[in-house]
Amino acid sequence: MKDVNVGAASSFTDPGRKVFDCGGTEVGVFLLDGEFYAWENRCPHLDGPACQGKIVPLFTEAVNEDLTSRGREFSKTQTNVVCPWHGFEFDIRTGVHPTDARVRLKGVKLRVEDGDVWLSVRA
Amino acid sequence: MPDELKTSALGAVRELKEITAETDTRDYLRAAATQAHKQYDDYELIVDIDAHLQEARFWHEILGFMENDVLKQTAEGQLAGGIRTPLINMQPGMSFQALGGRVPHQSGPREAVSEPGKPGAAFVEIMKRSMDSMGVDYQVIFPTAMLHLGMNPMEDIEIYLARAYCRWLTELVLPQEKRLIGLIYLPFNNVDECEKMVREFGGHPQIVGYTICAVRHKPVHHNQYMRLYSMIQDTGKPLVFHAGPHWDDPSFSQLNRFISMHALSFVHYNLIHMTNWVINALPERFPKLKTVWVESGLAWVPFLMQRLDHEVLMRQSEAPGLKRLPSEYMQEMFYSSQPLERTDFELLAMTMKKIKAETQLLYSSDWPHWDFDPPSSITTLPFLSDQAKRNILGLNAARVFNLPVKRVRPRAADVIADRAADRVS
Ligand code: FES
Repeated sequence: MKDVNVGAASSFTDPGRKVFDCGGTEVGVFLLDGEFYAWENRCPHLDGPACQGKIVPLFTEAVNEDLTSRGREFSKTQTNVVCPWHGFEFDIRTGVHPTDARVRLKGVKLRVEDGDVWLSVRA
Repeated sequence: MPDELKTSALGAVRELKEITAETDTRDYLRAAATQAHKQYDDYELIVDIDAHLQEARFWHEILGFMENDVLKQTAEGQLAGGIRTPLINMQPGMSFQALGGRVPHQSGPREAVSEPGKPGAAFVEIMKRSMDSMGVDYQVIFPTAMLHLGMNPMEDIEIYLARAYCRWLTELVLPQEKRLIGLIYLPFNNVDECEKMVREFGGHPQIVGYTICAVRHKPVHHNQYMRLYSMIQDTGKPLVFHAGPHWDDPSFSQLNRFISMHALSFVHYNLIHMTNWVINALPERFPKLKTVWVESGLAWVPFLMQRLDHEVLMRQSEAPGLKRLPSEYMQEMFYSSQPLERTDFELLAMTMKKIKAETQLLYSSDWPHWDFDPPSSITTLPFLSDQAKRNILGLNAARVFNLPVKRVRPRAADVIADRAADRVS
């Protein structure tokens, strides 16, 4: 493994995302509510660039107490990144697909040191 | 951390931009080029038998070939009024393919090209980028919005747009790129016009077959079509049924989400046409006519084989033209792979066995649509032999479309290196 500095933590917006090609390993770094998350830019579906897609709130089916539906609503808590190849979505905090938890992004070790964001990537 | 490490590590890092509808196809499909390099760069031939024109950006070019003055003037008026694809019977407000912008390539292409003012050149350049990135030698072009024309109540619109599209293809596009090949769009609501188009355009060397856009309510076994099928059989080029979506069909209007309509509709029309084709014993009447069934995935084929075999044994009197079981005729037809149902490999392996995929399956990408499949959708299947993969990815298509088995695509390593050299992001 190799440590790679991808720049100042202050250069990220919150919520925000940057994707880096670290000598062949591509990593998406996300900042959400003050926390950093890092995922390989490689979709478990067909290897598409999952971290380079749109950032969207999770959609939920809004079911009333009497089991009728109000239709779809934005989640107030979960934000997803969408793979632009075919639309698989992943929770930015956990890397997990909303329907099937077995479908998930691969995590990358990240630390913030002296104001810089460092990734641990395959050498 | 020592400063020099920080600096040297930073030097190796490159930032990648968000992917949008403006993204260059080569950057969008960068991962596909890597897959080509690692998985199938040594394959002798890769043919993508279903890729699409997204009409909006190029519609003015096609309308330039419109032979009916009244329709041309009407279309130009609509274009000036802001309608992006005049005369097309699709409701713009019902267009959900791009998943609310989640899949940007469905809304394009909006990328920059080197010769924006040269007619036909932008389309050719963009498609060539997709072929090079996916490691494809030949790509068969289909329209997108025009797939619905069979439901247009104005029959003359289908006829004149079919002619304009075929002229655009044969006069403007194909001469600019030998790796692009096309099919004649048959305006199937008027058989005389279909025959005229077979005669007029069928001989073009880059026209490799004829397509019936399957979204329509026309029984394919009707006697009016028999002379047309004979003509097509004589050309040696295949007849290709291309499926499509249609939300206005009364049954489908019960479905409240695009996903539901899309999942059923693309299969529905090919189910109906295939059933009519087989039960009326058209394979017995046209034994040399090759048929190809496109963009319905594969799961529907064993389903229909089982249903029809089961019923034909009990009700032979209603299908007296058949000399064999329906599934036996269907095993001699050809199928395109996309959208390949890959969520259960056990089922998929069984399906491929049933349809005799090694000889009958043809790889298709459906690029640039939202559910496209790169060639890796085939190369990563663990149950296929290397020879089966080679056949599915190109050698079967060479037989069906009469293509030379000769590599014309660039090396994947060169594609990757070229893009890295002039990338701006
Ligand atoms: S590769 Fe990511 S959704 Fe298909």
